[in-house]
Amino acid sequence: MSSVPTVGGPAAVDGTRPSAKRRRRGVPGGGGPSADGAPGGVKSRGGASRGAGWPFVVPFLVFFVLFLVVPLGFGLWMSLTDSSLTGNGDSTFAGLDNYTEAFTDSEVWQSLGNTAWFTLLSSVPLVLFALVMALLVHTGLPGQWIWRLSFFAPYLLPVAVVTQVWGMLYQPELGLFNTMLKAVGIDGIGWVVEEKYAMWSVALLTLWWTVGFNFLLYLAALQSVPDHLYEAAALDGAGAWRRLWSITLPQLRRTTGLIAVLQVLASLKVFDQIYLLTKGGPAGSTRPILEYIYDTGFTNYRLGYASAVSYVFFAIVLILSLAQLGLFSRRED
Amino acid sequence: MSSTDALASQPSGPRRSTMPREVARRRRGGGPPPGGGAGRGWHPMLGAGLLPRVLSVLALILMAGVWLLPLAWGVDTSFKSEVDASSGAGDWIPAAGFTLAAYREIFAQGNLPVWALNSLLIGVAVTVLTVVVSALAAYALSRGLFRGRRALLAVTVASIMVPPQILIVPLFRQMLAMNLVDTYAAVILPQVVAPVMVYILKKFFDAVPRELEEAARIDGAGSVRIFVSVVLPLSRPILAAVSIFVFITTWNNFLWPFIITSDPTLMTLPVGLSSVKDSYGLQNAQASAASVLAAIPLLVVFMLFQRQIVKSVATTGLGGQ
Repeated sequence: MSSVPTVGGPAAVDGTRPSAKRRRRGVPGGGGPSADGAPGGVKSRGGASRGAGWPFVVPFLVFFVLFLVVPLGFGLWMSLTDSSLTGNGDSTFAGLDNYTEAFTDSEVWQSLGNTAWFTLLSSVPLVLFALVMALLVHTGLPGQWIWRLSFFAPYLLPVAVVTQVWGMLYQPELGLFNTMLKAVGIDGIGWVVEEKYAMWSVALLTLWWTVGFNFLLYLAALQSVPDHLYEAAALDGAGAWRRLWSITLPQLRRTTGLIAVLQVLASLKVFDQIYLLTKGGPAGSTRPILEYIYDTGFTNYRLGYASAVSYVFFAIVLILSLAQLGLFSRRED
Repeated sequence: MSSTDALASQPSGPRRSTMPREVARRRRGGGPPPGGGAGRGWHPMLGAGLLPRVLSVLALILMAGVWLLPLAWGVDTSFKSEVDASSGAGDWIPAAGFTLAAYREIFAQGNLPVWALNSLLIGVAVTVLTVVVSALAAYALSRGLFRGRRALLAVTVASIMVPPQILIVPLFRQMLAMNLVDTYAAVILPQVVAPVMVYILKKFFDAVPRELEEAARIDGAGSVRIFVSVVLPLSRPILAAVSIFVFITTWNNFLWPFIITSDPTLMTLPVGLSSVKDSYGLQNAQASAASVLAAIPLLVVFMLFQRQIVKSVATTGLGGQ
């Protein structure tokens, strides 16, 4: 899906670009001598060797069916029943009741709204900051690894560590942030306890935690911008700003599109840090849709209803993915 | 050209100019660039001026400082006494001095090493299984070794769009029916399904030259033999990239292990730590010490394998939170 356009062949790894000829031969059905697995380059369309690959595929198929296809189908079935967490055979068919309930459930709408708000609040800075960081690091100051570590290290931390440290920073009375604010004469704010600030605080934490990933993507893209473009521009008298606007940013457009798509999809799935930092509070102001699904299923034991809400969410993700994919691939042409 | 295709193909740092310095200098209107000497005066992005350079250095230092601040605060807190950590006014230097008490407490309670070991076991198991299972399927898909590959490829790519989080409810019910709740198997098995990795590996295999395989086939090697002794050795970089990426993701995965385990001896680090935080309330020093200990392994791994990790993120080009 969104990852599709990003994937490189070995070119991405060892820097050698396979010839177009080889690529063509890699295309299935393109008639490479060994494409059929037939010995000695003899083509045998539909020959016995065509089935020889099944042992390769079976392990993946087993996992794929057992842990993706079956739960996907089972979940759809459950969403049409009133099944609960307790007991196994007591669920009755409920038709579309769960779905009609979901559409009139104000908590579903609120948590969907929270998810959308978080996605907006987090995605824009997560793209912009990553870009600025990559540009700064790419200017080639010595000690590259220190800068990369500073920006990427948070991405490696388990969510419980991140929320523990930020929980301390955000504490209203003793937290470092409010202490620093008071030191410069500003009243502290209720970072995670006031409704109007809570989602901003979650977005700030998420920016700190995950921006390193986008930063690395930008850094890699920057390294592939050819120097001669800058030299040509310099000869024409373009200054540093002009080169940034006219060369660097346009050259990064594809990467920016990719990062934006990946980021929106990642932000829509927010759960972990919100659950651990605010439990969805205060007053449900940060509760995302995935937490509502979790609460409904595992706290209130309404698995059928939770499944229905899951499918509503899935439909939204699907529509957004396809829309972004369309937008993204059109921009590439 | 595709910028992402070339991701990570260059060494870090700005690329050196290919144009002879002399020519460039003369064309710019003569005179050596300011700061000249050994061609170090001019930067492709910043130009020759001093001001852009100074500004970018300052901005970089400032930003890196801001980014390191929370980490520094966490480490600092872990060396405070519980009183200072929970009642101090956000002072960097605690009133009662620094102490290792929090670390001693954590080790005395003994769960942290168990969680770390669980995380390691589960991370390695998921990584090995995912890479083996995905690489096999990707190879067969790439070489068209079986009937129905088009259909399987389409289904696999489409399934990338399924957010794994929506599967937790039916998966939990499934595990309940299979009597697997609170077992390693229940934590590990669902995480092995990685259509994205199959797709990435397939794209890579597509571009691996066939000549060697053909030679091996003429020598009488079967598909399995060819895969193991010809294709896999050629694919080390992408296998490393995928492994690192799967491992980081699994190590940090929270939701599924959190739902499927309630036995503290089965918990992974993220799940165990969150339970510590819940049961300790405001025990900031201890929770910080536990966090520092939990953060160390991956940070060490990152420093050791920085290049490969940077490459893996860049080549696989995907991820989540």
